[in-house]
Amino acid sequence: MEHYNMNLNLKVWRQKNTKSKGEFKMYRVENISSEMSFLEMFDVLNEQLIHEGEEPVAFDHDCREGICGMCSMYINGKPHGPWQANTTCQLHMRAFKDGDTIVVEPWRANAFPVIKDLVVDRTSFDRIIQAGGYISVNTGNAVDGNALPINKDKADASFAAAMCIGCGACVAACKNSSAMLFLSAKVSHLALLPQGEPERHSRVINMVAQMDKEGFGSCTNTGACEATCPKEISISNIARLNQEYLVASLTAEK
Amino acid sequence: MTWKQMFTSSVGKKLVMSFTGIFLILFLIVHAGLNACIWAMDGGVMFNQGAHFMGNNVVPRILEIGLFAGFILHIVQAYMLTIQNRKARSVGYAVSYGNAGSKWYSRSMALLGTIVLLFLIIHLSHFWFPNRSHQGFLLGEEINLFDTMKEVFSNLWVVIVYVLGCISLGYHLAHGFQSAFKTIGVHNKRYHAMLSGIGYTFSIVIMLAFAMMPISFYCGWVS
Repeated sequence: MEHYNMNLNLKVWRQKNTKSKGEFKMYRVENISSEMSFLEMFDVLNEQLIHEGEEPVAFDHDCREGICGMCSMYINGKPHGPWQANTTCQLHMRAFKDGDTIVVEPWRANAFPVIKDLVVDRTSFDRIIQAGGYISVNTGNAVDGNALPINKDKADASFAAAMCIGCGACVAACKNSSAMLFLSAKVSHLALLPQGEPERHSRVINMVAQMDKEGFGSCTNTGACEATCPKEISISNIARLNQEYLVASLTAEK
Repeated sequence: MTWKQMFTSSVGKKLVMSFTGIFLILFLIVHAGLNACIWAMDGGVMFNQGAHFMGNNVVPRILEIGLFAGFILHIVQAYMLTIQNRKARSVGYAVSYGNAGSKWYSRSMALLGTIVLLFLIIHLSHFWFPNRSHQGFLLGEEINLFDTMKEVFSNLWVVIVYVLGCISLGYHLAHGFQSAFKTIGVHNKRYHAMLSGIGYTFSIVIMLAFAMMPISFYCGWVS
């Protein structure tokens, strides 16, 4: 692919802290290489802002390899930008043309309050995982990896669900700000394996209860989450979660 | 886990929507089947017999209470969920997400449902209220429901409103049918593909069946 440089107009959400009212600000960046990643382009913008004595734009990032789930920008109406199955850090500037105006917003959901600029607080996801996203393991020597036979299809489905990096793009894309795709991935990857069996019922009940407490909306099966997910988590996990919940709540002793 | 905890959780509320939705889908089949008697071409004799049975037999009258309960639960729960879902995002986006991955009608269930509800009120005031109030103990003489249909559907505007109501119902079902089964936990791909197919077919058939009733009367296709 041909390399080219571009000049861009950026319309970026700026917000001092959780309590203050934010607003969009326009910036111009020049000579951006088509080989840069979107976050590198933001690094250029921030260098420029620091040079001009302005506060740099705060944004989340960590591995910049598409596997940590930290980056979280809503770019031109789509979480993680225009490419499919992709994170913002892996979005390259060749996705844009010279002279483009790019609108960058933070994830919007009350359960993800803005901390500053494009950084949102996603600890609600951590609390959902703490409520049940674990398994019990006996202490002592590690068990041989192949000691327990596991159906291949189930193992594959479990691994596919375990791909979730917890970035929150599903919540950002959902019209109801529902965390169901995230939750369903976390419940499914354990429910499909024998290791997840002991806490199977309490897990789904407790994790759904925590999700509700955090103020996420309810799922209406529109499919927007699946389409935007950088790890292509299937919406069929949500149906599996519903089944897990129905069975767990109907068979609960108390 | 108490029953209350179960049905007030976000998944539990969806289960209520799903169960009542499937119940109302079954009602639509009965309703369309019974109304199809207008096409018996016998001057409405068979249709009026059906209407008489539904109004004067104790079994359908008791079942009717369950039907109203189903409608009310579905409608009230839907509005409560819609309000709750809207509250989950107080600051909206400058650029909206659009159509990626989702159909417009799947995102517009509340709007489509409201149109269906308004249509339902009009529909009940045309037929159910006058019919039931003249059956049994209230206002004496049972009305000729076939003649009432003929009269109501001689007005072009009424026919247009009914057809629009049926189209809204069709789109509501196009999402609702398959979504209801996802909510009760159908995640297997082959069942899901089958239910999607049945759902779309059902939506089109029900929409056409009901829309053809006022059209048939207006165009004089029934005698």
